[in-house]
Amino acid sequence: MEAIILQVLNGLDKGSAYALIALGLTLIFGTLGVVNFAHGALFMIGAFCAVTLSRILTLSHTIIDETRTDFLGNPLKVDVPYVYGWFGESAGAAIIDWAVPLSILFAIPVMITLGVVMERGLIKHFYKRPHADQILVTFGLAIVLQEVIKYFYGANPIPTPAPDAFRGSFDFGAMLGFDPNIIIYPYWRIIYFVFAAIIIGGVFAFLQFTTFGMVVRAGMADRETVQLLGINIDRRFTLMFGLAAAVAGLAGVMYTPINSPNYHMGMDFLVLSFVVVVVGGMGSLPGAVLAGFVLGILESFASMREVLEVLPGINQIIIYLVAIIILLTRPRGLMGRKGVMED
Amino acid sequence: MGILEVKNVNKRFGGLQALGDVNLSVAENTCHAIIGPNGAGKSTLLNCLVGKLIPDTGSVMFDGQSVLGRSPHEINQMGISRVFQTPEIFGELSVMENMMIPCFARRDGAFRMHAYKDAGAERDIIDRAESVLEDLNMIDKREMTASSMSRGDKRRLEIAMCLAQEPRLLLLDEPTAGMARADTNNTIDLLKRIKAERDITIAIIEHDMHVVFSLADRITVLAQGTPLVEDTPDKIKGHPKVREAYLGEAA
Amino acid sequence: MFGLNPKDARLLIIVAIMVVAAPVLLNPFPEGSNLAQFNAGYPDLMQRFVIFGIFAIGFNILFGLTGYLSFGHAAFLGIGSYAAIWMMKLLTMNIIPGIIVSVIVAGVFSLAVGWISLRRSGIYFSILTLAFAQMCYSLAYSVLTPITGGETGLQPKVNDPRILDAATNDGVVPKTNLFGLEMTSSTEIVMGGWVFTLNAGYYVAALVMLISFYISIRIFRSPFGVMLRAVKSNQQRMNYTGLNPKPYTLAAFVISGMYAGLAGGLMVAMDTQAGADRMFWTASGEVVLMTILGGVGTLIGPVLGAGAIKYMENILSKINKDILHQWFALLPDGLEDVIVALIYPFVGKGWHLTLGLLFMLVVIFLPGGLVEGGQRIAALFKRKRKPEDARSGKSTEPAE
Repeated sequence: MEAIILQVLNGLDKGSAYALIALGLTLIFGTLGVVNFAHGALFMIGAFCAVTLSRILTLSHTIIDETRTDFLGNPLKVDVPYVYGWFGESAGAAIIDWAVPLSILFAIPVMITLGVVMERGLIKHFYKRPHADQILVTFGLAIVLQEVIKYFYGANPIPTPAPDAFRGSFDFGAMLGFDPNIIIYPYWRIIYFVFAAIIIGGVFAFLQFTTFGMVVRAGMADRETVQLLGINIDRRFTLMFGLAAAVAGLAGVMYTPINSPNYHMGMDFLVLSFVVVVVGGMGSLPGAVLAGFVLGILESFASMREVLEVLPGINQIIIYLVAIIILLTRPRGLMGRKGVMED
Repeated sequence: MGILEVKNVNKRFGGLQALGDVNLSVAENTCHAIIGPNGAGKSTLLNCLVGKLIPDTGSVMFDGQSVLGRSPHEINQMGISRVFQTPEIFGELSVMENMMIPCFARRDGAFRMHAYKDAGAERDIIDRAESVLEDLNMIDKREMTASSMSRGDKRRLEIAMCLAQEPRLLLLDEPTAGMARADTNNTIDLLKRIKAERDITIAIIEHDMHVVFSLADRITVLAQGTPLVEDTPDKIKGHPKVREAYLGEAA
Repeated sequence: MFGLNPKDARLLIIVAIMVVAAPVLLNPFPEGSNLAQFNAGYPDLMQRFVIFGIFAIGFNILFGLTGYLSFGHAAFLGIGSYAAIWMMKLLTMNIIPGIIVSVIVAGVFSLAVGWISLRRSGIYFSILTLAFAQMCYSLAYSVLTPITGGETGLQPKVNDPRILDAATNDGVVPKTNLFGLEMTSSTEIVMGGWVFTLNAGYYVAALVMLISFYISIRIFRSPFGVMLRAVKSNQQRMNYTGLNPKPYTLAAFVISGMYAGLAGGLMVAMDTQAGADRMFWTASGEVVLMTILGGVGTLIGPVLGAGAIKYMENILSKINKDILHQWFALLPDGLEDVIVALIYPFVGKGWHLTLGLLFMLVVIFLPGGLVEGGQRIAALFKRKRKPEDARSGKSTEPAE
């Protein structure tokens, strides 16, 4: 029992990331009908928003501290971040410590802008082109974005820690009444899961309860009719692209403490996220979320020692294997609609 | 005993009875029209004949053999060709290539891998394709890309492709839908000529009464998934049940 | 010629001449000159040109003709590599058995993968092929290590059985050969400042590439090729014309898988090692890039695309800051720095950026790839020449 709970928990953070990226992919696919291969790059850029903000916050000027000396006996030179000067030392240190969560505020406008620019500047021209062309041009864009980030930030992963308060783990098992020290779970992972749940809930609520969301959902079902009603669906779809980009970006921001970001992390996630979207069913938002968590958790179960002893290597291929089985038995994925992408 | 025998066919989509006890017999070398108001089940019936849909109950026999459970390409190989409401052609290919494909299908069956022959050197195929094109006055368009032609020409090409297979039964699904008057008349003339010159049975679904009455030998009126009447065009014209079905009960 | 129409025969002859003369054509700059680093006429790179050319030609038979976009073709290349290297370990260092077996094994695998994947179309097909390839990659890396060598990959060893070869006692791994002709053997021709390397391995690979190219022309022009284009154009019409699209598509899939296996086998024949990296999805993406960049659905496009990408990968990537400074040394210092700073992100380690941009530009503006670009330029020249002729004609009249 403990082992099962542990694996479910372990699967949650990866599953959350899959679900968030797949959600954004599906939003774009469902609204605009575009298969966006650059979506992983948006996830990656989100992560680098966090890197950028923490770099900005730690921008320092050097002062000479007369009271202390270095090992040569000269007065010590100390780098003091500018934020110390603005907010005082303790508040400044707290701000730097909380760089990753603060990056959310930074990433939202950046990602929405990037998404809108991408849609207006490039994707817009591909609505009428075949899906293969959309895949190819966004694939090219993904390479470009990736290389731009590599140029500015280098090829090595950049560690970006979580705030001090959330480093370390806690004994989740003891909280549930199991023996202590069996289910140990890092704080940040539970935060990531809660964060993902909030974002997913927010997106669904937005689509469900606002007029804007209602129009977008109607547009997803039948674009032409909505346009005939005199509603400017294009502008809303552009904003949806921005929203999807923001969702991917935020998933990236919050993922930085779990995995140090590097320029190709987006592609690694994208391939799996596409599998997730297809398993969930192209164009189905609940399907994307469900498949994200299911596959994340399955992956973590497959890496259990007991499973690996019976089926060596299964943890490497479980997602693909499940995808193949689902696609062959349920052609439209878990919750896909009829007639989507079947041409 | 007709070449096409439809017996007690039922088809249900959820709560909707699309076809209810349809019986239909099409005699060889005649033109049989199926008419009816929107939603009468005409297209559903057609789809049951070509293997796109499988009826819930009943039988569909073509020339003494059941077509049920066979895939569309198998049914086509039995001798049934279909013309679609919007022309289905190979848009990216040239007219000549469009014509060669049914000729290959007729000669080689559903699959044959001639990967090492030169398509341009298949004399028998090219001759056959050219003769049909000539017959339909399209030979001057042979090098055109199919998608660049007018709608009327696309329709003509689709019919030519079907004829190249020498089918025994030609199914036409609203062949003049969305056409200008002149194109419609051309198509009627073409179909009349085909009917006169070839040993071919034609089943046609049509909204345009002008087309129906110029072509059909017999007419079946379908309403709400069931055949109302079947008779010659002259009798159908004045039939009270038909007027009722088309104009509503008030009439 | 060879059952080709005159236009195709001309294309084949031109390609053959280019391929034969490649060691000279690709080395236009004298050794030791500043521009010598743009020379691509060294055996390693030329071998890669033709081998990836084969890979892309095969991929084009599937994607170009039927429109089915496979994102997993690198798996067949990798499987071909493993098969070939096992033949070299077990049988002989002669490359013939290795290459034949690599084609057969890749064909069998692609039959299995294609049979399953082709039940779906569109993006579902792409994802299925991707999933199969990634599975092959992961398994080759982990569980199948006894067969694949895992992370280190496979190389021929001194104590391999090689039952058909005569025993060697000098403790050196014998080199791959074609009935005694070693693949690494080269002749260098020095002409003035120029050095041209004629390499046996390259010419063997080039011959195989020409044969592959010839077969692909035959397929394009055959009734089978027409059927494949019909699959891409309208499967519904095909079905209602009494044709079954499935076996046609599967045959195209298997043929392109065999081409990939052939490329994999040749790779091993030229450079005796095989690793799982070759099967990673980015390798599958690369062949997609090659085909699109060169011109999808055209005969020569994939070869051009493969050449362009491999050239960039090997030549563009070697340009570093120092070299750039050297080139622009004549300019005033400030300007030199600005220009170098502007160019630098696109070369050296950043060559992928150029590739990505180029690829995007091609997809957006030139859906027919380099081939379409060439045709447009040719058309432009034709149009230009005509008015000039007309004008010169007029101007001569009064003079007479």
